[in-house]
Amino acid sequence: MTAAQTVLPTLAPLLPELILGVGVMVLILYGAFRGERSVEGVNVGALLLLLLAFFVVVSQPAGLKVTTLSGAFISDAFSRVMKGLILLGSAATILLSRDYFQRERIDRFEYPILIVLCTIGMMVMASANDLIALYLGLELQSLAAYVIAAFHRDDLKSTEAGLKYFVLGALSSGMLLYGASLIYGFTGTVSFPGIVSALHGSASLGIVLGIVFVAAGVAFKMSAVPFHMWTPDVYEGSPTPVTAFFASAPKMAAVAMTVRVFIGAFPDLTAVWQQIIVFVAIASMALGSFAAIGQRNIKRLMAYSSIGNIGYALIGLAAGSQEGVQGVVIYMIIYLAMTLGAFAIILSLRRRDEMFETIDDLSGLSRTHPVLAFCLAMMMFSLAGIPPLAGFFAKFYVFAAAIKAGLVTLAVIGVVTSVVGAYYYLRIVKVMYFDEAKAPYEAMAPGLRIVLAVSSVVVILFFLVPGPLRGAADAAARSLF
Amino acid sequence: MFGLGILSGLLIVPLAGAAFILTLNGDEEAVKRNARWAALATTVITFLLSLVAWGRYDATSSSFQLVESHAWLTDTIRFKLGVDGFSMPLILLTTFLMPFCIGASWHAIGTRVKEYFVAFLVLETTMIGVFEALDLVLFYLFFEAGLIPMFLIIGIWGGKRRIYASFKFFLYTLLGSVLMLLAIMAMYWHAGTTDIPTLLQTRFPTGMQTWLWLAFFASFAVKMPMWPVHTWLPDAHVEAPTAGSVILAGILLKMGGYGFIRVSLPMFPDASHHFAPLVFALSIIAIIFTSLIAMMQTDIKKLIAYSSVAHMGFVTLGLFTMNEQGIQGALFLMISHGIVSGALFLCVGVVYDRMHTREIAAYGGLVNRMPLYAVAMMVFTMANVGLPGTSGFVGEFLAMTGAFKANPTVAFFSVFGIILSAAYALWLYARVIYGKLEKPSLKGILDLDNREKLILAPLVALTIYYGVHPAPILDTFAPSTEALMASIKTALSNTQTAAAALPVAR
Repeated sequence: MTAAQTVLPTLAPLLPELILGVGVMVLILYGAFRGERSVEGVNVGALLLLLLAFFVVVSQPAGLKVTTLSGAFISDAFSRVMKGLILLGSAATILLSRDYFQRERIDRFEYPILIVLCTIGMMVMASANDLIALYLGLELQSLAAYVIAAFHRDDLKSTEAGLKYFVLGALSSGMLLYGASLIYGFTGTVSFPGIVSALHGSASLGIVLGIVFVAAGVAFKMSAVPFHMWTPDVYEGSPTPVTAFFASAPKMAAVAMTVRVFIGAFPDLTAVWQQIIVFVAIASMALGSFAAIGQRNIKRLMAYSSIGNIGYALIGLAAGSQEGVQGVVIYMIIYLAMTLGAFAIILSLRRRDEMFETIDDLSGLSRTHPVLAFCLAMMMFSLAGIPPLAGFFAKFYVFAAAIKAGLVTLAVIGVVTSVVGAYYYLRIVKVMYFDEAKAPYEAMAPGLRIVLAVSSVVVILFFLVPGPLRGAADAAARSLF
Repeated sequence: MFGLGILSGLLIVPLAGAAFILTLNGDEEAVKRNARWAALATTVITFLLSLVAWGRYDATSSSFQLVESHAWLTDTIRFKLGVDGFSMPLILLTTFLMPFCIGASWHAIGTRVKEYFVAFLVLETTMIGVFEALDLVLFYLFFEAGLIPMFLIIGIWGGKRRIYASFKFFLYTLLGSVLMLLAIMAMYWHAGTTDIPTLLQTRFPTGMQTWLWLAFFASFAVKMPMWPVHTWLPDAHVEAPTAGSVILAGILLKMGGYGFIRVSLPMFPDASHHFAPLVFALSIIAIIFTSLIAMMQTDIKKLIAYSSVAHMGFVTLGLFTMNEQGIQGALFLMISHGIVSGALFLCVGVVYDRMHTREIAAYGGLVNRMPLYAVAMMVFTMANVGLPGTSGFVGEFLAMTGAFKANPTVAFFSVFGIILSAAYALWLYARVIYGKLEKPSLKGILDLDNREKLILAPLVALTIYYGVHPAPILDTFAPSTEALMASIKTALSNTQTAAAALPVAR
């Protein structure tokens, strides 16, 4: 008789998460001991941690597909690409935040720590291979996000945003958990591969209900219609760098989680969930396009824009095919670059201690800041999907997948709403280029410059060398099928 | 060089020029002067380069030449360039017109000069790219990319209602093209590639052809523009600066016609045959209806804009006759209209720069003070009417000959277009040029200066030269047209045999 022995799970696939986890504890201690003097160091430390984790993620062998922690955690090409995006988004957020937080005098050491904690949660979401791990990652991400939404705690709008986000987020987590419990009840397992084999491609009513509740939960996290109501208020109320964060990294994680759940756990039930995704995609694209037309605040506009963009990304998921997932991954890569670039510019609209965030404040920007205006114009044309900018290719791949899957109506609705959307993106270009100039803004902070430069290069020059990103997306999609 | 051929060179040179202009810095006047000269030099070099390409081109062959192919999106969506008898003349037309546009903007553009020329050079690259692309995705990329510089050109340097016009131009064209994009994807999944030479050999099922044809039609009809989706054109033309109008009329309108001949006719012959009556009807309406509208205009540019729509009616009419005369005529008309309408807009620009109004009523009796201008304007007006001896005649005559062969009724109605075009064009000429010079504001108006002479003289010469000697252009089109005719004929007879065989098989 062998003695009961504890086998340690393989920890190598968890290395990036472990680095962040251990690192963040060191940072907390450092911050706790040194108090407010530690802000600079914690910021730099968090940035270095995120970049280190990024390089570890990227350097993991390409073809590797391993599970660990009894199958709860999976590391494959898909998770690695999405984690890379999440880490880049978080690192960019720290670069974007520094100057803003100092000027607003809310520069505390907890902020970078919360970002890193949130990032760990997101990475677990991207790697979750069962429902429990998924929920754990989601909650870790959400709790950190609620706090940073309200980080400007003396500001009424910011605290309101945090509270709103928390109440609605908790509700959606509850729905997701309820859906997960239904699925567990009807299949007897929480692991995705286990669910696949337990279902044998047929779905009872309970499973369908479970899928609907899970879909509602993930739709909230992605801010897809009809669970989008929190988005404009939270985006407008949060400190602007936090808005940039919400629009970038957590979107990556939410989309990664959605793809994981639907493609990983219910690959044979496409007929059941496809109609949900198609509806959500159409509703998101339509609302994102039409509701944005009347907006005057850029942050609200970006909120509607992000709702619309999630709709387009979901077209790829609706196709339910390898091409579709490839399209989703490419869409998210390019969306990340466009969003971060746009926010870098929004954050640089500052004169002394006053931030400007209405569209009219961009008036005549092409006269006062030609480079800035050019970059923002390129971001806007790219978001509108005009070639040769990257946004065109993002849409190209998802629409191509939809056409191949026979979802022609969805694709036609998609392109028509993209023309409607082009109207409000063009309006920003119009304000910058055709209208009279206002007083110039202050010079950009170095962090903003770095983020803007990198994202502009991706957006403008993607068409010259599409190979590497497309290859990464291709590998990611292949690992799920 | 660097594994790139001469066709890539044609795309890169304008971009390099644009990049150079962007780096200009320092004293404002010096920057303006340098930007002008740099833009002129770039466009002239591009034109010379396109002549070199023309020298290497074998006009007797119908195959794609000077082909180069680089890795791009996937193995089957490549960065592939090449030219044949349809695209080579249009590339030459583009590179030829560009220096004139730069010349026309020399003094007319006073603000943001640097940005203006950058936008123009980028626009040139996208236009050349449309004609060079041998891959449908690449074709779409250039087709759409041109919207960005044109949107800025109309919106920044345009007239009073520039913002309305630029938005209308952009959104109209975009809505048309996105459907084409979906059709390109459907073709990709069916044929496994978007390589144009391969797709030319692919036979799409008849049912699928119908949908693909309609999707492409949505895009090309807007770009052409055909009645009833032409309404963006008068607005865009009127508000655009002179050089913008020249490019719009001279090149951008030709992209629709080029699209029909490159994609719709050869790839969807059955659908083209099926929809030909629809195109005929729309063309006839365009020819007669927009000619009547043109007659009532009080704005010179708007009048010429409507006349462009009418002429494009002849182009679509000729293309869908699907016989040699019709297609050759349509193609010739595209080249001729590119030169003539471009020149007419340049003429409007000449008086607009002096008087800052385009109202017909503000002019009259210009012949007294501007004899040279009157001569140049007369040649272009006559060519616009289609007078024998000018290039306008050859194209319209051939297109109508083709139409007569295909459908005499259609040809009968199209002749009204000639009569009406004579009416509006001559009436315009009479009101602007003839009569006594009575308006006090016109008393001091000056005739063409050296820059304007230099711009208009070559265009006058070409209009007359191609009117009496159209062979060089027609011979270039001929091999490709013949190849196209042959492929359409086989395709249609195959379909008919299949249709005839069907009852037997049952």
